[in-house]
Amino acid sequence: MSLTLAAGTLRQTDYWWTVFKRTWKGGVITSFVSPLFYVVAMGVLLGGFIDGDPAKLEGATSYLAFIVPGLVATHAMTIAVGETTYPVMGALKWHRTYYSMIATPLEPRHVVAGNLVFVLFRLATACGLFMLVLAPFGVFESWWGPFLAFGAQLLVGMAFAGLVFGYSTRIKSEAAFGVLFRLGVLPLTLFSGAFFPIANLGPWLEWLARLTPLWHGVNLSRMFCLDTVDWMMAALNTTVLIVTIAVGWFWSVSGLRRRLAD
Amino acid sequence: MILARGLRKSFGDFEAVKGIDVDVRRGEAFGFLGPNGAGKSSTMRMIASVSPITGGTLEILGMDPATDGPAIRARLGVCPQEDTLDNELNVRDNLYIYGRYFGIPKGEVNSRVDELLEFVSLTEKAKSKVEDLSGGMKRRLTIARSLVNRPDLLLLDEPTTGLDPQARHVLWDQLFRLKQAGVTLVITTHYMDEAEQLCDRLVVMDKGLIAAEGSPRQLIDQHSTREVTELRFAITDETNPHRGVAEKIEDLGRLEVLPDRILVYSSDGEEVIAKAHERGLDPIAVLVRRSTLEDVFLKLTGRTLVD
Repeated sequence: MSLTLAAGTLRQTDYWWTVFKRTWKGGVITSFVSPLFYVVAMGVLLGGFIDGDPAKLEGATSYLAFIVPGLVATHAMTIAVGETTYPVMGALKWHRTYYSMIATPLEPRHVVAGNLVFVLFRLATACGLFMLVLAPFGVFESWWGPFLAFGAQLLVGMAFAGLVFGYSTRIKSEAAFGVLFRLGVLPLTLFSGAFFPIANLGPWLEWLARLTPLWHGVNLSRMFCLDTVDWMMAALNTTVLIVTIAVGWFWSVSGLRRRLAD
Repeated sequence: MILARGLRKSFGDFEAVKGIDVDVRRGEAFGFLGPNGAGKSSTMRMIASVSPITGGTLEILGMDPATDGPAIRARLGVCPQEDTLDNELNVRDNLYIYGRYFGIPKGEVNSRVDELLEFVSLTEKAKSKVEDLSGGMKRRLTIARSLVNRPDLLLLDEPTTGLDPQARHVLWDQLFRLKQAGVTLVITTHYMDEAEQLCDRLVVMDKGLIAAEGSPRQLIDQHSTREVTELRFAITDETNPHRGVAEKIEDLGRLEVLPDRILVYSSDGEEVIAKAHERGLDPIAVLVRRSTLEDVFLKLTGRTLVD
C-alpha cells in the first residue's frame, strides 16, 4: 500500500518549516530588496526618460506601470529557478538527503511535491510582499487586477520550478547550471517582454518570445495590473502555463525516480 | 525476513549482481562480505527497496519490493555507506524530521529521539550542527536515525568504514545490544574482524556471485585449516626468493608463497616448524596462529587488488 500524494507531502512539513526558518532572512534580501532596486533604477530612474504613451506601452500610462507587472513575473521565475537548481543538486550529490528520504515510506513523487509546495510558498510570500509594496506607486489600474496578477505570477513561477527541477535531476555536474543561467534565464529575462513590448523585436523574434512560458506569465500579469484584459488571450496564457506545470511535474518525477533508482 | 532467488542487478551492460540466493532469518545477524565491486551495495539497495531488481525474485518481510516498497521501507532501518545526514540541521532535528517522514506523531517522535540520543551517547550534542561532529559521531547519528521507526530489519552498509578503533568498538557494542533486543541485522563489510564479531551467518560475495556461505566457524573449517604458520626467510635470491624453500616444505600443507613470507595451512603449526628445521631450513621469523575469516576471504576472493 502506498502513501497518497498529499499524505507523503504533509510528512515533510516539519522539514520544510525548518528550512524556511533557516533561510528566510537571506530570502528577504533576494526576494525583496534586489527587485526593489530594479523598480527604482529601471522603473523610476530610467523610466523618467521614456514617454508614457499607452499606445506604445501595451496600455500603460508610464514606463513604471509597464515594467512592474513584468518584473514581478520575471522575479517569480528567478526565485523558482534558484530554489530548483543548487538545492536540488545538493540533495542529490552533496548531502544526498534525497537518498535518505526515499529510504522511508516516501517515494520520489512525494519528494518532488514537497519541494514544489515549498517553492510555491516562497513565490507566494515573495511576490505577495512585492506587490503590496508596489501598490502605493499607483501602478495598478483596478483593485481586483493585482490579485489575479499575483495568481499569474505563481503560475509562471511554478511552470519554471517544474521544468528546472526536472533538468536538475538529469544533469551530473553543476556546471550545467551555467548553461541554464546564461542561455535560458538571462535571455528570457531580457527578451520576454518584461522590459519592453515584444512588438519591438520584429515579427520573427516576437513570435519566438510568445513561445516562452515567461512571456505568457508577463503578459497575464500585465493585463491584470493595467486592466487591459483580453479574456481570450488570458485563457490562452493560463492554459499554456498550466500545461507547462503539468509537463514539468511529470518531467521532475520521472527524472528523480530514475536518478534515485541507480 | 529476506528471501532472494536468482537475484540479479544490471546497470546497462554491467552486471553488478549475477544471480544470488539469500535467506535471512528473524533475529539473526547476517553479513555480506566481499571486496569492493563484489555487488554488496547493489544487493543492499535492492533489499532496501529503493533500487528495482533486474531479475530473479526478492521478498522482504513477506512482501514484494516492486509493489509494496513503502510498506516494506516503513519497517526497515537503513544505515547507508555514505552519511546522508542533513548538514544544515542540528543533531536532534536530523532525527526528529526523519521520524516525521515515517508518519510518527510529533510527541512520539520527540520521546524516541531522546531515547536514541541517549542510546548512541549524543545527548550532549543534541543542539550541535552535524558539520561539527566527528566521523564516529556522524555514524552513530546515522544509526540512531535508522532506528527511529523501530525497524524489524536493520540494514548496515559498511557501518564502521573510516572509523578509529575506539569508535568501531563502541558501534559494535551498540549493534550487539540491538541484536540482543531482537532486531535482525544485515551488514556489509570488508573487515573480517567485524564479520566475526557481529555475524551469525554470512556470505562471501565476489564478482556479483556468492562464493561461500555459512557461519564464520563453518567457513573457516570448510575453506581453511585449523592453523596457519607464517615463515619468513632471509632473502638470498632476489629474482625468486622462496623457490628453493617452498620445494622443501610443500608436503606439509597448502602453501601460499608471498614476496615476503610463506604461509603454510595445516592442522598443527608447531609440527610445521619442527619439520622445517629438520629439513635444514632456518627462518628468521616464525608465527603460528589460528586461521581467521581473513584467510578464507583471501582464498576465495584472491589477493589481487580490486579498483
